[in-house]
Amino acid sequence: MGTSEAKIEARRFGFYYGKREALKDVNLKVKEHQITALIGPSGCGKSTFLRALNRMNDTIIGARAEGEVLLDGCNIYAPGVDVVELRKRVGMVFQQPNPFPKTIFENVAFGPRVLGLDRKVSLDEVVERSLRSAALWDEVKDALNKSGLALSGGQQQRLCIARALATEPEVLLMDEPCSALDPQSTLRIEDLMNELKEHYTIVIVTHNMQQAARVSDWTGFLLLGDLVEYDKTAELFSRPKDKRTDDYITGRFG
Amino acid sequence: MPRISPRVTQRLALAGIWGTGLVTLLILAVIITYVLVKGVGDLDWSFLTTPPRGGTSGEGGISTVIVCTIYLIGLTMAISVPFGLGAAIYLSEYAPDNRMTRLIRYGTEVLAGVPSIVFGLFGFALFVTALSFRFSILSGSLTLACLLLPTMIRTSEEALRAVPRAHREAALALGATKWQTVWRVLLPAALPGIVTAIILSIGRAVGETACLFVTMGSTTAMPTSLFSGGRSLSMHLLYLVMDTNAIGKALATGVVLVITIITINAITNWLSQRFRARMTGGA
Repeated sequence: MGTSEAKIEARRFGFYYGKREALKDVNLKVKEHQITALIGPSGCGKSTFLRALNRMNDTIIGARAEGEVLLDGCNIYAPGVDVVELRKRVGMVFQQPNPFPKTIFENVAFGPRVLGLDRKVSLDEVVERSLRSAALWDEVKDALNKSGLALSGGQQQRLCIARALATEPEVLLMDEPCSALDPQSTLRIEDLMNELKEHYTIVIVTHNMQQAARVSDWTGFLLLGDLVEYDKTAELFSRPKDKRTDDYITGRFG
Repeated sequence: MPRISPRVTQRLALAGIWGTGLVTLLILAVIITYVLVKGVGDLDWSFLTTPPRGGTSGEGGISTVIVCTIYLIGLTMAISVPFGLGAAIYLSEYAPDNRMTRLIRYGTEVLAGVPSIVFGLFGFALFVTALSFRFSILSGSLTLACLLLPTMIRTSEEALRAVPRAHREAALALGATKWQTVWRVLLPAALPGIVTAIILSIGRAVGETACLFVTMGSTTAMPTSLFSGGRSLSMHLLYLVMDTNAIGKALATGVVLVITIITINAITNWLSQRFRARMTGGA
């Protein structure tokens, strides 16, 4: 397992919101076709790190990055990098399900349309394949022209996953994808993640340590902008090397 | 002082809100009914199809006035909607938050409160005189557009800002450019607010008189091009009331005016609902 290539590698990566340092000197390798979980208390920088991987933080005024993030060996913060191309390769699912106020079909077709892929492939096929991959097809195949907002919360989140998959990314970033969902929908998404990791590299931020332990292969623990510990999930949860990790996973704080 | 029970305050509030709503609707109904009842007597086909005779006679119909109004409103909207929307998109999505943009925003707010006759004088100085468009539908439309732009911009900007940040992020994360995000996500979502801005603008444009007398003249001749002068329904109504004894014809003009506004609003609403239904899948 551990021998597979690093899909993403952060090198001495730091991040600032204005003068506030949100991440300092993070070094981390995300392995290909594995699920990497980032855990830590609120404000530890885990979401900042995740959003740095597709440069979503660029939209925040005064935000600034230091160091490097390599995707397949190329620094995504190098000058001249096309963020549109980057975001095509690195998809994202957000904390709150955020389907567009459009039909289910148009939600999934959005990515291929804006990227101009609809001239090369059949949108019907892409939409069906993406919805199948997100385990939503059977529930919505007769309602593709209904609004995406008419679905339940769990279905909306799977629609957002399908929407992200439609651009055929290599990496899928998930920012607490289940925090707004009920336990049953959460389980469905977790099962789905396990299926998806065969084709995608997944990085998930989660508040829920059980979830990290259940779904991930690797886990990173962040605290106050520091990556305190990063190890195989089983290792980190059973034999944490750092006292702070131990305190956190045993529920002494956070 | 003894505490009034929440049940009582609830009832009082409800009664108050009902009351004010009812009074407002009542006043509106009385005005419209009065105009309709008094006006329909003089309203017939020949009234709509003959031009006004002009002078102080008050004789004739309003055919040229209707045509001129349609030209005026059409051209005004053709100018103010694209420019208003463009400026709103710039201010809400592209402009950095600095002194300059704050100044622009403050400026539009001030301009929105400036009396229309001031815009009329500006239009007279710039369009009629300096640019030699003379008294024309073009000068009138440009002046009206200047008058409407501040409100157009502010209202549309608010509508765009009200679109959740989550929609912007979702679009960007899928590899959409900023413009694709604006065009495919933000504008459709903000459409109801923008349509409201357009409808209010049309209402104001139809009702303006003073600033048009000094930019469009008030000829009753049939307009033949954008450089023809003319008078709108409201201007004609004012003229009938002030300079003639044809109160009946003035009220008939009022009926046409009210029906025109209602029709324009209905069409605009219908178009936007159709567009939205197509974009959203009906929810």
